[in-house]
Amino acid sequence: MFDFCAEPDTLEGLTWLACYLTTGKHFAFYNAFGTVLMLLAVTAPAALAFGFAGATAARSALPPLRWLGKGYIAVVRGVPDIAFFLFFVIALDQGLEWLRHHALCPDWPDAVRQGTDFIVCPQAKLPLGTAPQWVHELYGFATAVFTFAIVFGAFAANVLFGAMQAVPRSQIETAEAYGMSRRQAFRRIVVPQMWLYALPGLGNLWMILIKATPLLFLLGVEDVVYWARELGAAKTARFSDYPHPDWRMWYFLALLIFYLAFTRVSEIVIGRLTSRLSHGQATAGGEKLRKAAA
Amino acid sequence: MKPLFTAALLTVLATSAMAQDTVRIGTEGAYAPYNFLNDAGELDGFEIEVGNELCARANLTCEWVTNDWDSIIPNLTGGNYDAIMAGMSITPERDEVIDFTQNYSPPAASAYVALSDDADIESGVIAAQTNTIQAGHVAESGATLLEFATYDETIAAVRSGEADAVFADRDALVPTVEESSGELTFAGDDVPLGGGVGMGLRESDDELQAAFDAAIASMKEDGTLNAMIVKWFGEDATVYE
Repeated sequence: MFDFCAEPDTLEGLTWLACYLTTGKHFAFYNAFGTVLMLLAVTAPAALAFGFAGATAARSALPPLRWLGKGYIAVVRGVPDIAFFLFFVIALDQGLEWLRHHALCPDWPDAVRQGTDFIVCPQAKLPLGTAPQWVHELYGFATAVFTFAIVFGAFAANVLFGAMQAVPRSQIETAEAYGMSRRQAFRRIVVPQMWLYALPGLGNLWMILIKATPLLFLLGVEDVVYWARELGAAKTARFSDYPHPDWRMWYFLALLIFYLAFTRVSEIVIGRLTSRLSHGQATAGGEKLRKAAA
Repeated sequence: MKPLFTAALLTVLATSAMAQDTVRIGTEGAYAPYNFLNDAGELDGFEIEVGNELCARANLTCEWVTNDWDSIIPNLTGGNYDAIMAGMSITPERDEVIDFTQNYSPPAASAYVALSDDADIESGVIAAQTNTIQAGHVAESGATLLEFATYDETIAAVRSGEADAVFADRDALVPTVEESSGELTFAGDDVPLGGGVGMGLRESDDELQAAFDAAIASMKEDGTLNAMIVKWFGEDATVYE
């Protein structure tokens, strides 16, 4: 990185630290923070979409759709996250490859399952064996996002379901009195008002989602925890220009501060959002705002 | 005559292995000097050098993938990569699940390392990495086994006094002990374990196994493998005859 880093063993103090903290490995660590933020940025809306679909399905007048929505909420909420992560990702990957195998190579002579081996034809591999490494990484990241979205979507569905029920019945009755159909009332009255009731629950989920990102490591994505462990481990002078004893404690402390700062900022944003949504609502929060303004 | 035959065999195998141009090799990246991440964050080590040479000789394009040690075999059989080069000793138990090439690192001793050489390795607490032959050995030896996910954590456990000693490949322990400036020392006698380190492959991948077997044989023959062993493990390391 810097010119003076050419001979690390002659350095001391801050210059040593400056060189140490700018090695390629440390940049991989810093990039991992970007991966985590990116995961959150993609997963949160995706989980919300799953949640919204689940909640609407669970309230549907059509029984099969209602069962589907309720079933999704009940099953995914009832399974431990880690078990779901370990099972679902493998099942999803192999399921997709199995489907592609049957679609792309119908004449393949060998069985897909041979003992413990799972072998599909080369064209059916996901991603293709010839694909560059970044495609594999992107695929791993995408499966991680999808899994996170399904798990957190189930919780969000339950929150949104409750929020939709919490919109005062009188509001919907009024809408009906104005001649709105069930669908119109849902879109114009229920959805805009439910967010206030959903916000505490969704805020909780967001916090848990932030803290759940180290589970990425389980899915083979090299996240901040992976790099913290790798960088913190004691290094000998033979295999590194920057030998140091076991520093895992400091790296994990840095992670702790990162997550604490991140959740604190989230709390502030959620607080502001709550007060904004409370405007003009017939709730205790809305009443407080009205009195303060008067 | 023999090198000529190997060369011919290699050419034949290379053409038949062409169906699968890119071979993905899984490794752990946390077991120096076998495989580790260097300061630039790239994979480095004995196995990376050997693996790249093997791929060149077998006319294959190889791509390295890091994977957690604990799930390294399931991810091979599941098809996430095609081969394992991760300091994995050839054992009958593993051979039931996956196949191995001939070894590219001769059977080497495992050793105990502790804070003092009179540490209780018979009945004390011994740290070892999960799912290794060393962990299996400790479990049978009557000592209390303390398992960790990575090699680094086993060493840290000895330094902190959580474990009385660590039991691991001698080749991995030598640099750790030498660089510890006297803090760590070998304790007890070395224990010969396993059938050397080999490349792990799916049981169904016979072509790939033959291609790599031939490539390893040719590296043993012309001495390049011994040179790499000496480069990474030092002059005292066990080499091929």
